[in-house]
Amino acid sequence: MKFVDEFRDTEKAKTLTKEIQKIAKRLEPNQTKPLQIMEFCGGHTHTIFRYGIEQMLPDNIEMVHGPGCPVCVLPMGRVDDCVSLAERSEVIFTTFGDAMRVPGSKKSLLQAKADGADIRMTYSPMDALNLARKNPDREVIFFGLGFETTMPSTALTVLQAEREGITNFSLFCNHITTVPTIKAVLDSPDMQLDGFLAPGHVAMVIGERPFDFITKDYHKPLVITGFEPLDILHSMWMLLKQIEAKQSVVENQYSRIVPPEGNGPALEALTKVYEVREFFEWRGLGSIDHSGVRMKKEYAAFDAEQKFDVPNLKIADPKSCQCGEVVKGVIKPWDCKIFGTKCNPENPMGALMVSSEGACAAYFNNGYEKKSA
Amino acid sequence: MIDLESLPKTKFRGKNITLAHGAGGKAMRDLIDEVFVAGFDSPELTLLEDQARFELADLSKLGSKLAMTTDCYVVDPLFFPGGDIGKLAVTGTVNDLAVGGATPLYLTCGMIIEEGFSIDDLQRIVASMKATADSCGVRIVTGDTKVVPRGAADKLFINTAGIGVIPESSNILADRAQAGDVVIINGYVGDHGAAIVDARGELALEISTVTDCQPLNGLISEMLKVCPDIHCMRDATRGGLATVLNEFATSSDVAIQLDNNKIPVREEVRGVCEILGLDPLYLANEGKLIAIVAKEDSETLLKVMQQHPAGEDSCIIGYVEESPQGKVILETGFGGNRMIDMLIGEQLPRIC
Repeated sequence: MKFVDEFRDTEKAKTLTKEIQKIAKRLEPNQTKPLQIMEFCGGHTHTIFRYGIEQMLPDNIEMVHGPGCPVCVLPMGRVDDCVSLAERSEVIFTTFGDAMRVPGSKKSLLQAKADGADIRMTYSPMDALNLARKNPDREVIFFGLGFETTMPSTALTVLQAEREGITNFSLFCNHITTVPTIKAVLDSPDMQLDGFLAPGHVAMVIGERPFDFITKDYHKPLVITGFEPLDILHSMWMLLKQIEAKQSVVENQYSRIVPPEGNGPALEALTKVYEVREFFEWRGLGSIDHSGVRMKKEYAAFDAEQKFDVPNLKIADPKSCQCGEVVKGVIKPWDCKIFGTKCNPENPMGALMVSSEGACAAYFNNGYEKKSA
Repeated sequence: MIDLESLPKTKFRGKNITLAHGAGGKAMRDLIDEVFVAGFDSPELTLLEDQARFELADLSKLGSKLAMTTDCYVVDPLFFPGGDIGKLAVTGTVNDLAVGGATPLYLTCGMIIEEGFSIDDLQRIVASMKATADSCGVRIVTGDTKVVPRGAADKLFINTAGIGVIPESSNILADRAQAGDVVIINGYVGDHGAAIVDARGELALEISTVTDCQPLNGLISEMLKVCPDIHCMRDATRGGLATVLNEFATSSDVAIQLDNNKIPVREEVRGVCEILGLDPLYLANEGKLIAIVAKEDSETLLKVMQQHPAGEDSCIIGYVEESPQGKVILETGFGGNRMIDMLIGEQLPRIC
């Protein structure tokens, strides 16, 4: 497959791994603990596990799998809201596939579908808009979730609905923002990260500059990273070079996709449709200021939250969950008291066990066990 | 799709199934005579008794054990690139018999038809079942038809059951994999799953994937000639390669180590998986068998398989190790390993 296989070349991977090992060896004498590198994005987590990249890294480098899996961090209360919307008789509720299994306090969307709600999986919000055109007597709601990566597509769909005067389409907006979330992780007192692999597809939309504060204010090196295995290894090498040179700058490894200034038309659509919420509730991380967006008043007609009565109840995470500590790299998934026992992919208790992109699910599915000391 | 003009003309041309066709009266009798009995054209069915009858003496000449299996077919859409529900309903049941070492002989055919279904399509599907049965050397000997009100079923569901005979020499069981054995597959994985995703037309993909739906009994009969002692063999249908290998690893209490670079996946199937966030190892196949055999038998076996049309792309994709017991491990080609577990629920596409 062109433009994909080039970035999965095993020989080049070996060369990069060797170079990474060389730098890691030079860094080792000055270390008191392993270097902790966070990949923020669930897409990166997926690649890291799919290609076994963690096992290829030297022992003094530790990957911390960040909170960037939108499905994982969806709070139970919001899933309950989805179920409540979906169970209205006039509604066709549409969603991306992997949100179907996320447990709510009573049921998941998959269970609600089995119980009779009209819930359909779509691959794009435009598919949902199509359903609205074809079913003028029904209310079609699209479950908008994801970071800045998926935001432009939902914003553009709303704008398209407005242009066509489609009145039976609305968006249940649960979009979240990257930068405030990284800031919250950095501000956490038990944070001990040494560098970031930054989300390439978020950067494709917002550009390089919004990440500057991480390098300037927090002095953490950062590399905007692509999603193929060589991208990850290459970025890791770039990050280690910065760490060795005691630098902290924003570098762009994913320059084949990410323009430094981001995507103008996409950003325009975002600012037209969305505004920042004062705070947004995260599963595992609690409430984070300015970490979500809602639809502006001008688009109230397309906002499921304003159009329908949404219970909007806050449901606390199960007490035994330690997702927050895993996300911040304070503990490894297997250190959690309920990892693999009460909490497993078939019956996820915590956020990180929900999607295959969540760190705990990835550890569990790949049979990772605690390395003995 | 089969050209209607090539099939015998019936008085039903252009008409749809009504509830009368399932009511047990004259309309049903006409449908059975013109579409099913004429279409399947087997001596046992033509007798129209309530059961098909076989001479035990003829069966016991073929082996010592009777094998029996059943499967339901509910695929949507009914016609897809390279096949249809009828072809699937015959090959699926034939393959379930054949992977146990049985020579498949007779099939039953039960159909649940939704009111309003096109009888032309029904005739096409029956013709496809007949052609496939002929190519497998099996006969459809008895059947049943039910018509349900619109909305009570999705167009057409088919059940086929089959019987076959297993020769004395063969003992294929999921718990017989041993350390040192090799894992063989007869070609590319995921073709059927990708073709179905494409045929649903929701994604407007421009790919040319065709289902791998094919009978395996011819290939297996050649395999058993040169390697009567196949340890494990199953066809990898729903749940794909990953599921079958997990079943072998668990039943045999062994580890199965796979080499990612050796598992054959077509470019276009990889493409579909990349776009949708699916894993080809879990995609359905309808003409792929996984066999585990002793290493010393593997080279001869592979050669014979590669000479058969259903096994041209056969290859060794991994081997059996003692531990970790019950696990399937994939070497990623990057020096890392990945555990290949059973699927939980349905394979859901990832959001980003």
